[in-house]
Amino acid sequence: MTNVPDDLLYTETHEWIKHEGENIRVGITDHAQSELTDVVYVELPKMDRQANAKEAIAVVESVKAATDIYAPVKGIVVEVNKALEADPGLINREPYGQGWIFVLKIDNADDLKQLKDAEAYRKQIVV
Amino acid sequence: MSEVAPKKTPLYDEHVRLGAKIVAFAGWLMPVQYNSIIEEHQTVRNNVGIFDISHMGQLIAEGAGASEFLNTMLTNNIDKLDIGTGQYTFLLNERGGIIDDLIVYRIGAEKFLLVVNAAGTEEDFAWLQKHKVGHASGLPRNRASETLALLNRSAEFGGVAIQGPRIGELFHALFGKDVEIPLRNHIADFSFDGTAVSVARTGYTGEDGIEVFFRATDAVKFWNAALEKGKPFGTKPCGLGARDTLRLEMCYPLNGSDLSPERNPIEAGLGFFVDLNKSNFMGRDALLKTKENGLREKLVSFRMKEKGPPPRPHYAVFQNGELIGQVTSGTISPSLNWGIGMAYVSSAHAKIGADIDIEIRGQKFPATIEKKPLYKK
Repeated sequence: MTNVPDDLLYTETHEWIKHEGENIRVGITDHAQSELTDVVYVELPKMDRQANAKEAIAVVESVKAATDIYAPVKGIVVEVNKALEADPGLINREPYGQGWIFVLKIDNADDLKQLKDAEAYRKQIVV
Repeated sequence: MSEVAPKKTPLYDEHVRLGAKIVAFAGWLMPVQYNSIIEEHQTVRNNVGIFDISHMGQLIAEGAGASEFLNTMLTNNIDKLDIGTGQYTFLLNERGGIIDDLIVYRIGAEKFLLVVNAAGTEEDFAWLQKHKVGHASGLPRNRASETLALLNRSAEFGGVAIQGPRIGELFHALFGKDVEIPLRNHIADFSFDGTAVSVARTGYTGEDGIEVFFRATDAVKFWNAALEKGKPFGTKPCGLGARDTLRLEMCYPLNGSDLSPERNPIEAGLGFFVDLNKSNFMGRDALLKTKENGLREKLVSFRMKEKGPPPRPHYAVFQNGELIGQVTSGTISPSLNWGIGMAYVSSAHAKIGADIDIEIRGQKFPATIEKKPLYKK
């Protein structure tokens, strides 16, 4: 039912990662948005901030709860999705598209090897 | 909390079949949403939505002395109730603290239905039972108070709330063209497909609507009929998520969040439902004392000044840098698309129109104390 594209990487904490040269684009998975329910507010990370792997740098708030979003690997925030400020529901409607949250310039592409592939993430969410 | 497995309402399988997201709430497995809390909220504001409220407790007090007994246990005045009408009221402890808020209906001369919160059912029943014994023993034998019976029928009965501006159309589709819908706060029995159901013109959403009580064995039949017959009126099943945002826009309190044994109805701004002119009722002395000494804190409604993160329970409330209270309920109102909430703040600061700040993740966001309700059509 829930969509897990093959060409992305994933974290335990339900972020998806798209590798784009020396950057990664990050959002939350279809499974995560469905669990969170209607997203009503997104606190974006500050531009140019340094982030360590697994550091909470954004917050996605649904009607029911606030959820931290983590940097999947070490990097610097080089882009944030301002469109989410006006329309946080983009995360529900297009979790892998217009609902992306931030872009990190990563320190070391080797760090991405610790992330899950689609297969491993599918196994994680089928409980 | 106990380790007992959560209970299922008679409609549980229907919720699962409809694809609901199920959560444990007050010891029950309940649908929090079917598709979208915001959509379900709008269904109730614009059309008509149906909620499973079978988790709510249904207690019956019946027999000679029932009205007299309940008048000593509940804050509102039972004597104001004609047969077939109900009122909002409180069950208090000796300190005037709120055990539960509920609706009591007079369904016979000396027969009452109490619809109580799911989490409170057992405690409410035990509290009433305990004091019934005391009540009876304090009266002369010939008063026949021994015939007063208290019954917890929660397990055998279910219920739904059908709420929204198109309720009239759906009511007639369900019960017949010429059948009259009960008046506001009235309750009456109707025949539905060969079985008797009770219909009350009450609700927890701020919209016109009814609450229907039936035997648990009739629950699935009634639920599916209401969904089917409601199709032309845009009826959708609605979960606890929408129930919470709807009630919060109206500033209706939620027991466990805005009400607790440490809070009394006066602090909660609900003194209207307390009749201090009654000669005696549980908690009365404590409430009189509270009134005399002045209130330490008051429950206020507030609206954020800017678009921003939703206020949530336990966030701190400030005024001019001084900590003055704590949020008890908060959300982004789906109708207003704006942050709203309720908070207990020290009485000196609880002025309509006052500027306050809500602290969210270490940052202060401005808000204004406003009159309730926060949402008006």
